Amino acid sequence: MSNATINRQWTTRLRKRVEGVLPPEKLLPDTQPSYVASWIYVFGVATLAALGLVTLSGLVLALKGPTWWHVSNVGHFVNSVHLWSVEVFFFSMVIHLWGKFFMAAWRGNRSLTWITGGVTFMASIGTAFTGYVSQTNFDSQWIATQAKDGINSTGAGAYFNVLDLGQMLMWHITLLPLAAIALTGLHVILVRKRGVVPPFADEVSA
Amino acid sequence: MSKKSFNPDVDVIEWTGTQRPYDIIKEGTIALVVMSLLVVMLSVLFSSPDDRPATLRQWSHSDPVDFATTAFSELNGSSGTAGYGQPYNNTPNATQTIGPLALQRWMGVRIPVHPAADFVLAPLATLPDNPAIVAALQQWKLSSESERTMWMGYYAKVTPSFSNGALHLPDVNAGPIPVLMSSLTAMARAGSLDQSLLGGGRNYYSTDYTRPLLFLADGNWFGGLAAKQHLSGDQWGMMNETGSYPGQAWLWLYTFWYQVPPFSTSENADSLIWGLMMVLTVIMIFVPFIPGVRSIPRRTKVYRLIWRNHYRK
Amino acid sequence: MQPSHLAGIVNLDHPGHYIHFHWLLISYGNAIVIALMMATFVAALFLPFPGARRKGHHHE
Repeated sequence: MSNATINRQWTTRLRKRVEGVLPPEKLLPDTQPSYVASWIYVFGVATLAALGLVTLSGLVLALKGPTWWHVSNVGHFVNSVHLWSVEVFFFSMVIHLWGKFFMAAWRGNRSLTWITGGVTFMASIGTAFTGYVSQTNFDSQWIATQAKDGINSTGAGAYFNVLDLGQMLMWHITLLPLAAIALTGLHVILVRKRGVVPPFADEVSA
Repeated sequence: MSKKSFNPDVDVIEWTGTQRPYDIIKEGTIALVVMSLLVVMLSVLFSSPDDRPATLRQWSHSDPVDFATTAFSELNGSSGTAGYGQPYNNTPNATQTIGPLALQRWMGVRIPVHPAADFVLAPLATLPDNPAIVAALQQWKLSSESERTMWMGYYAKVTPSFSNGALHLPDVNAGPIPVLMSSLTAMARAGSLDQSLLGGGRNYYSTDYTRPLLFLADGNWFGGLAAKQHLSGDQWGMMNETGSYPGQAWLWLYTFWYQVPPFSTSENADSLIWGLMMVLTVIMIFVPFIPGVRSIPRRTKVYRLIWRNHYRK
Repeated sequence: MQPSHLAGIVNLDHPGHYIHFHWLLISYGNAIVIALMMATFVAALFLPFPGARRKGHHHE
């Protein structure tokens, strides 16, 4: 078996490609540029941590199904954790977004990082919204009856029926979280691949 | 690399300067611990809201006259749902448009809802062994369009009242309508209407609440409950939460448009605002490519604060 | 509406208070969240980051 044969294999090619784009020292770095020194940098990782908590509490809620939290103290507490981790998630994500905007973090071939971040924000809003209408309480009833008009007016309501609990719950616990988590993963990989954006070269541009 | 001129809002000189130690795993762990503590603290401190769902049973007990009035509007086709248009029914000129785009109408009737049949007649037909109701339904079924119009005209002139657990109507020549209305009210009060709307009379299992929610939303009682909690559309309702909890604050921009002209007075508000929000979303996502917008960070110089140690050198 | 059975230490299960100014109507809950967000953002910009002045080292 020759080396050339090995090198032509799909598997080998994929591995080399991945190694080239994202070598381990980029994926799990042990140093970073010295300009990365501000509290504003912690909101990305804070958002990731909150996403972890949202997911974890959501998984616990899934164990006993959508109406468990109405009748169990433990369930209600897990629901509280789910709610507050969502609040903290958006809180951190919005500050992260403001921070990255004012750093113009799309510079230097990093526009796809910005775009995936923006799309993740939208997917997260959709995930949160379908969660709000899946609460099976007065809040979900009201939000669903209000939101139907907006969504129907775009034509999407014909297929995306916010009054259908089953449909909304499925979107909330499978389709949208998968999208949000996959997008987040892509976003993080892009950050690791391209690195953190350098400061404006004021002495150059001035 | 092509010989393009250096655009400070697009290009960078990649960093070749000093590095400092960075333990990404430790950072992630600290973030997770801090956020866990914060979230558990917030949960213990504030818990989470859970107001019980509204039911047709509750509605017909709390405000039976509003229920009966709404039920009649479903029968005579004057309710919000009956006149909604797509995706529920084909009511002409009911849907919103963005300029020439009638997206809502073009998508067609995908979730058919016929309020008179679905909300009134079909549920009543599920009640067995009640000769008065069976006879009233039969009379309605065999009547002509003009007869029905005449009955509904007479019925519309009277105001129902409620006492001693039953709906009362002044003597009125409205054919079977008084029986239908008082029977439906009784059915709602017994709690069986909630269930009956759920499956549409076809299924045992259901997770689809389209019909009962549309029926609830057609009355004044449900909206009144929400208005008490500041949840109405003109109260920035979408981002509010029951009780004193923070809600979906991230929807502030979306809800904001509903409060200000021209949207606050427009029949097309939903369409226009969704269109506007889509445009704004696209702008947000494509900021890196929009001249002017992408220069804001450089011009505002907020970055001098973020990288102040770097620039101090 | 009956409130839920597991209340927090601070009970938020009562009708909310609202700031009302012309077209602006916002619950204290949301207003506090948004104000905190802005305050946190500003604090993150201004507060000194620990170890920021520590001398960096060259890395190949």
